[in-house]
Amino acid sequence: MTTENTSPSLDKAARGGQAPAPVDAPAAADGAVTAIDPRLLVREQGFGGYLTEFKRKIRAGDLGAIPVVVGLIIIWAIFGSLNSNFLTAENLSNISVAMVGTGMIAVGIVFVLLLGEIDLSVGSVSGVAGATFAVLSVTHGMADWLAFVLAILTGTAAGAVHGFFFARIGVPAFAVTLAGLLFWSGFMLQLLGDSGTVNLSADSLVAKLTTYYFTDVAAAYGLAVVAVAVFFLTSFFESRRREAAGVPSRPLSETILRSALLAVVAFVVAALFNQYKGLPLAVVIFLAVLVITDFVLRRTSYGRQVFALGGSVEASRRAGINVALVRISIFSLAGTFAAVGGLFIASKIAAANQGAGSGDLLMNAIAAAVIGGTSLFGGRGRTWNALLGVLVIVSIQYGLALQGIASPIQNMITGAVLLATVVIDAVTRKTQKAAGRA
Amino acid sequence: MVHVTATPVLALRGVSKRFGAVQALTEVELEVHSGEVVALVGDNGAGKSTLVKTIAGVHPIDDGVIEWEGRPVLIGRPQDAQNLGIATVYQDLALCDNIDVVGNLYLGRELRSWGVLNEVEMERRSRELLTTLSIRIPSVRIPIASLSGGQRQTVAIARSMLGEPKLVILDEPTAALGVEQTAQVLDLVERLRERGLAVLLISHNMADVKAVADKVAVLRLGTNNGVFDVASTSQEEIIAAITGATDNAVTRRASRTVEVQK
Repeated sequence: MTTENTSPSLDKAARGGQAPAPVDAPAAADGAVTAIDPRLLVREQGFGGYLTEFKRKIRAGDLGAIPVVVGLIIIWAIFGSLNSNFLTAENLSNISVAMVGTGMIAVGIVFVLLLGEIDLSVGSVSGVAGATFAVLSVTHGMADWLAFVLAILTGTAAGAVHGFFFARIGVPAFAVTLAGLLFWSGFMLQLLGDSGTVNLSADSLVAKLTTYYFTDVAAAYGLAVVAVAVFFLTSFFESRRREAAGVPSRPLSETILRSALLAVVAFVVAALFNQYKGLPLAVVIFLAVLVITDFVLRRTSYGRQVFALGGSVEASRRAGINVALVRISIFSLAGTFAAVGGLFIASKIAAANQGAGSGDLLMNAIAAAVIGGTSLFGGRGRTWNALLGVLVIVSIQYGLALQGIASPIQNMITGAVLLATVVIDAVTRKTQKAAGRA
Repeated sequence: MVHVTATPVLALRGVSKRFGAVQALTEVELEVHSGEVVALVGDNGAGKSTLVKTIAGVHPIDDGVIEWEGRPVLIGRPQDAQNLGIATVYQDLALCDNIDVVGNLYLGRELRSWGVLNEVEMERRSRELLTTLSIRIPSVRIPIASLSGGQRQTVAIARSMLGEPKLVILDEPTAALGVEQTAQVLDLVERLRERGLAVLLISHNMADVKAVADKVAVLRLGTNNGVFDVASTSQEEIIAAITGATDNAVTRRASRTVEVQK
């Protein structure tokens, strides 16, 4: 039995299980790591340590975004070789704008999937939002911005209703949102009335969402510069803060490598956009949404509560988390993003019609979230997954359309890709279980 | 070695609890001092879990008094118990598998600066806490799912320590653990005692009880069936108290003579 007092002594910190941060001798870092227990994961300092950890993660089935990025490259390579028009600035720019509607809906789906639940109503809710805007703005002559806000709030309210029945009454989310799917699609038809289609004028706020481009070349490059700079500086100061607190920090070489990778991607994309019409407004909004939602999920208490609920409801409840409130808020968010997505989709066709929100929209949104790497079992995923997943799906759609392949085949191929993704998800989960990481 | 204060941290005086027609606890007495490990043992259905839940505020008591540091208190809700300084580690640890160790330790009481999670400070304090308790885990940044059963149990106990409790209740902490992991948890129990905490340990395992407890309180059919000093009592005597084998003519006569002497 040890006899020391309750305060953490330096001696203990030095021989404790955690890799001691080499404060005074970074050069001798490898030698200074003298963990008692050889099973402890000690991350070596410097770039070599990063590589080792990366390899260990891959072996443990912690693939992250790698499968979907590889898949995307393969898809682009195939379509690029089949049709010289696929990898042009115009086509890629169009894909980027077209994906935003479904992508926004997929962001909401990511939130719901993080809870381990499902929302089947997002397609119908997106249709309702488009119809609400069109009817208020065109038929009733309401100011565009007010109609826009009200349309989005319609989605929020619809989601809150689903959340209430799920969280307070205890109806399974599947059943509630299935009822929502039917109800809101009927509601949309009722809103649109006999004519069935309301056209939006080209200069309305919603139409501008997908038709406005920042034509100035500086806009796209400027955004790329800002993104890389912000990323580098936040990573750099985070590492500095961690170093100062004596906890393991990311080596500078890794920060630089990550920033350089981001810079390459950002500037290639910016150059592509500038070759065609410039930086699309829709893409800027989508990226902003992704940055904000990712921040909320990973850096706030609210986000932590969402992940906790996806991990264990009982543990969350005992930790004092208001389970019902978080659940209702998540479904409200899903409804809100569905409405936003619906407005982008209405913008793309410059109309609200009876077909909005039906067809394969719901399945594409869910597939995008899952293909991007969000786990169906809750508790694992990021909103960036929605971007990667929707890129895959819309690329397939556009590629096949360029080849003149009809939509039944498109559906079959998208289905096969989705199956491949969930197979990868299931297999990596098995590997992760074997490696004790799931 | 163990400094025991005069006033018990927690004292139950004549606590009773009924569930409908079932009298779960009858006139139970229990004292726990700081710097003392009291093992609560008893057969299945003896009322151990019910007793723990009354202390933790899950079930309010029907009769009797709960004294906290000498003052009678009302514990009606789990929050009441937490505010007094009672931390309970339940058998099903209540950890989130998908969140890392730091996140689990601070779940529901995250440290924030300007509304944003202060991950650095949480990680620093987590490492400090785990080091003080000599808890070894591969990294504080891996998901709970990667940890062994014993490591999870130690994380759950460490988590209860964050609220600076005075009494820690451990419900069957070694029930599902192997030899080495049980040893880790028992080491941790001793470290809690060294820090001057009162520990109420519920266990089925007599070897564990003999190893770390100072006193053993036996419950049988919802009533006290003796409080024993571990050092001077044999395992057989404790087991006899648990199973009720002591309840025979000889012991009844013996208890009568004790009462007469009083």
